[in-house]
Amino acid sequence: MSTRSALLIAASGLAMASAVAFAAESPNLGRAATPEEIAAWDISVGPDGVGLPPGGGTPKEGEAVYAAKCVACHGEKGAGKPNDQLVGGQGTLFGDKPPVKTVGSFWPYATTVFDYVRRAMPYNESKSLTNDEVYAVVAYILNLNGIIADNDTMDAQTLRKVKMPNRDGFVTFLRGK
Amino acid sequence: MATNRSNVHGSELDTVAGNGLLHRRMFLTVGTAAAAAAAGAALPNPAAADALSVEPWMKLPGSGFVGYGQPSKYEEKVVRTWNTAPGTTGTGAARTPHHLLDGMITPNGMHFERSHSGIPDINPDTHRLLIHGLVKRPLVFTVESLGRYPRESRVAFLECGGNGQLLYQKEPAAVGVQAIHGLVSCAEWTGVKLSVLLQEAGVDPKAKWVLAEGADAAGMSRSIPVAKAMDDALIALYQNGERVRRSNGYPMRLLLPGYEGNMHVKWLRRIKLTEGPTMTKDETSKYTITLPDGKSLQFVLPQEGKSVITQPSPGLTMKGPGLYEISGLAWSGYGRVTKVEVSADGGKSWALAALQPPVLSKALTRFRMPWRWNGGPAVLQSRATDDTGYIQPTRDKMIASRGDRTIYHANAITTWAVSEKGEVKHVYA
Repeated sequence: MSTRSALLIAASGLAMASAVAFAAESPNLGRAATPEEIAAWDISVGPDGVGLPPGGGTPKEGEAVYAAKCVACHGEKGAGKPNDQLVGGQGTLFGDKPPVKTVGSFWPYATTVFDYVRRAMPYNESKSLTNDEVYAVVAYILNLNGIIADNDTMDAQTLRKVKMPNRDGFVTFLRGK
Repeated sequence: MATNRSNVHGSELDTVAGNGLLHRRMFLTVGTAAAAAAAGAALPNPAAADALSVEPWMKLPGSGFVGYGQPSKYEEKVVRTWNTAPGTTGTGAARTPHHLLDGMITPNGMHFERSHSGIPDINPDTHRLLIHGLVKRPLVFTVESLGRYPRESRVAFLECGGNGQLLYQKEPAAVGVQAIHGLVSCAEWTGVKLSVLLQEAGVDPKAKWVLAEGADAAGMSRSIPVAKAMDDALIALYQNGERVRRSNGYPMRLLLPGYEGNMHVKWLRRIKLTEGPTMTKDETSKYTITLPDGKSLQFVLPQEGKSVITQPSPGLTMKGPGLYEISGLAWSGYGRVTKVEVSADGGKSWALAALQPPVLSKALTRFRMPWRWNGGPAVLQSRATDDTGYIQPTRDKMIASRGDRTIYHANAITTWAVSEKGEVKHVYA
């Protein structure tokens, strides 16, 4: 080893040492979060189903939730208007007419429907539905789209296994490709 | 090369491209043929309406001080315009009136807004930021505690992923720069580097993504590559020197320089380190680009190089032939703008515009171009190049590459047609 490269190694060792020293002097003003606090705040659900809570519901149960909480904005049977259409549109993603993007035609993961309904719906009182109600209304929308059967129950085990029609319709963007 | 002599049109030495575009230093240069000609030209006769008078405000004391200053009452038409989702007052987007502004910084009251469930009124004393997931030490921060961290400032543009979407329409929308490109703004953001907080929490090497979530009623959430979070992500506390505006994320928002606006989560309350993306509603069903074959590009994160002429533009009718300044904005989510070219003949010939310093990476850049309008029809365009060599595409090229079945990341050249009457219209060329 030349003297020069030995010096370089020594120098980089010094740089690392000073980086460690710098990290140790970070303000460290956060307090520890308890598992209970995290559980209460962590409302996201991954595509693998991690984060799905206990509970469950059927399309029939969801129909009642939908009639009470959703139909005013999303129309009869998810037909849309005045707000987003939730049902139909399968087969419209290519062709000449504008695509009709719904839960059934476009959304790649059923877990996302649960996550979004629980965090953001109903619009005027988000986070008000029980987990059973969320599972049920998700089951209702999936059933209207022909993705699950009338008697299927959606829960933490079954929802993660639902394969959405457009599951393979996404390509991760890489610039220049 | 746009300034090559072979492309010079017209007889005057300072003309650099067709239909009257002048050398970018024309306004600054003394002794050019144009300046000499202007000096020799007859000045207009003073009209009676222009008579110099001693106005009342020159003779009486003006008004007193106020706590928070407001623009002159004569500027009350300089405002944002917005659309909202049916049945809501605060879900939608408000657009910056770029045709009525200048410089590179957007005033806070004019910064564009996009909200998914209204604008929350967050008490900073009770707001908390939780960092958890694949970390050694899950941490909770107060706004006050973040105020004790080293801060840094970053001038950065923010652009909604849906900005410019009218360019995908088959017919040119009969609107102007505010309606087409009003969902981009630029501010000096000051805050704490996210990487500092993540280092304190101790990121597990398995973590490749970061979920960021807002405290609004929609719980707006997006997944961000951990590499971006560790690179230049900022937890912004200040916007142009004052606390971040409510509508822009008070008391704290994420700033991801160059990335599409939807990812700069406002009202930031939670950061979760994960192995894969969470596949939130906005990164699957919304901010993805559906191609002609029906497949959709996902995680199109930086905004591509783009520019638009803001003056003249629709709504700003030109008043007679003569010397004008064409001015506009250019930006790239990949880096710095290196070149903006302007055309007055619909792209047949181009000339280099002056880039006004400072020209900053991932910030709006103001460009300027002198133009002698001869009173005839003109077709104005601008074209940006960034420091990766990327050149802003024509609308035809953009649509050839990704079709017109999406509403996102429209960065094509925008065209304004000037009529003989001086009216400016949005057209396709």
